[in-house]
Formats: sequence, C-alpha cells, structure tokens
Amino acid sequence: MNPGALSYVLVSVFGVGAVVSGWLVFRTDSMLRAAYWLMVSFVAVGAMLVVLDAQFLGLILILMMSGEMTIMAIFMIMFMMNPAGLNPMVMVHQNRTAIAAGVGSFLVLAWVGLVAEFPDRPAPIDDPTAELGEELLGRSMLVFESAGVALLAVMIGAIALAAKRGRFGDADAGSVEPAIDIESSVDPAVEAVADADHADDADDHGAGHGMGHGT
Amino acid sequence: MIQLLLVFAAAIFGIGVYGALSQQSFVMIMMGLELMLNSAVLVVITFWWGTTGGNPAGQLLVIVVLAVMAIEAAMGFALVTAVYRSRKADITEKLKKLRS
Repeated sequence: MNPGALSYVLVSVFGVGAVVSGWLVFRTDSMLRAAYWLMVSFVAVGAMLVVLDAQFLGLILILMMSGEMTIMAIFMIMFMMNPAGLNPMVMVHQNRTAIAAGVGSFLVLAWVGLVAEFPDRPAPIDDPTAELGEELLGRSMLVFESAGVALLAVMIGAIALAAKRGRFGDADAGSVEPAIDIESSVDPAVEAVADADHADDADDHGAGHGMGHGT
Repeated sequence: MIQLLLVFAAAIFGIGVYGALSQQSFVMIMMGLELMLNSAVLVVITFWWGTTGGNPAGQLLVIVVLAVMAIEAAMGFALVTAVYRSRKADITEKLKKLRS
C-alpha cells in the first residue's frame, strides 16, 4: 500500500505529539501530570498504529495504557512527594550523562533508520485484525498462551512482593535472611515474631517426640 | 514513510533512555522504560507495515511487547511497594546498599 498524503500528515502530527508529550513527562513539576503526559504519548503512538492499518493493536495500546497510567497516577499520589506540582521539582542525577546517552541513542538509531535499506513489501489492506486472530489462535497459539502464563506468574509474584506480611514478619520490620542469627541482629518487632516461631517449633518437636515415645 | 516513523521511534527511545538514567524516583524510572517499550511497539508495527508484506507474526510480536509492558508495570509497582515498606525509600538515592 502506498501511503497517501493524508497518512503522511497524520503520522507526522501524531509522531510530533508522541515525542513532545514524551519529553514533557520529564519536564513537568507534577509527577501526576507526568503520568498523564506519558498516557498522551501512548495515545499518539496508538493513533499512529491505527493510521498504519493496525487498528486492533492501536486501540488495545490506547485502552491498556489509559488504565495503566491511571494506576500509575494513583501510585504517584500514594508514594511520591509533590504529586500536584505545587513546588518546582528537579529530581535528577547524572543529568549530563543521561542527556548524552539519550541524544546518542537517538542519533545512532535515527542514522540507522535513515541510512539502512529495508525491503519494500508493504502490507495489503485486506483485514489485518482477522489475520492476527487466526495467527493467535492457530500457528502461534503457544506464544499467546505463554504470554498469558507469564502474566499469571507476574500476578502471583506481585502479590507476594507487595504483601505486608512476609515469611519473616511484617514488611515494616525489615527483611531478614534465614541464615542470620535473628536474636542478635534485628529489632524487637522481628525478634518477637522469631521467638513465637521458635516456640511453635519447640511445641511441634515436643509433640512429635511424645507421639514417638507413646508408640 | 518508514524513515519518518523510525526517526520518531528513535526520538521516543532517546527520551526514554534519558528518563531511565536521569530520574531519581522509581516510578519516573519506570516511565522511561515504558517510553522505550512504546518506541519498540512503533518500530515493530513500522516494519510489519512496510517490509513484511503483512505477515501477521509482526502483529503478534506487538502482543508480546504489550505483555512485557504489563509485566514491567506490575513488577515495578510491586517492588516500589515492597521497598517503601521495608526501607521507607521512594528514590534511588535512599538505596545505597542492597542490605540495610
């Protein structure tokens, strides 16, 4: 398919929008606004996908990232200072190195994109969504299922990480490895939990021995 | 058209690299990573659209990248929560050591 002038215009507008909003993510004083600028960047890229005949993926990207950025905004309000941007905020380190790395990666990738020769085999306009559906539920079903299993594993891992109560006591009390001598190195909160666990173990051993003697 | 799209993708990736390397806040670092993945989505669809003759495996790769984005966000938020609970830290400068 040869792109028309309208496609060029739309891709240019959305592309500039994606880049500018991506840049504003790191320029705004409000971390909440940063999350929404990132959402604007994702929406612009999703619109570019729609222009490039990947309508399904474009809309999925927009829907998914709108939800994710809303969750991210909630995290901003929960954890971060200055979520509303009422005070000027510069929270950066190694700024010059980061700028050099960002500009350098842009120049290298843009140079590759401009200089390299790519095959000219444009996608037909038939029905890319139907083709994707047949691919997902046909030849590449294992890939699709693997992504689902990975997401399930991540859900379990995220719950385990974010849970307040861990294996070694409350998360507020700090983490302690099993090899460390608990009595000499941790604060009283963790020590109390460890003592309770030792007492339980002793009871279990005692009960086990008792049963052994009885039989 | 492909060159124009790749330049846009390179710009988004460069901004993501800057953000991931320069920000102190954990969540802002995640935003930089998300921008890099955003660029990857654009590049994959660009090559699917212009160079593969519409091979649906190209679209499938975007599904995989979207799954990676979801995984990165979920694990990132969980780690931020865990680190804040155990160290009361929300920026990288508060984590000088792996062990407290």
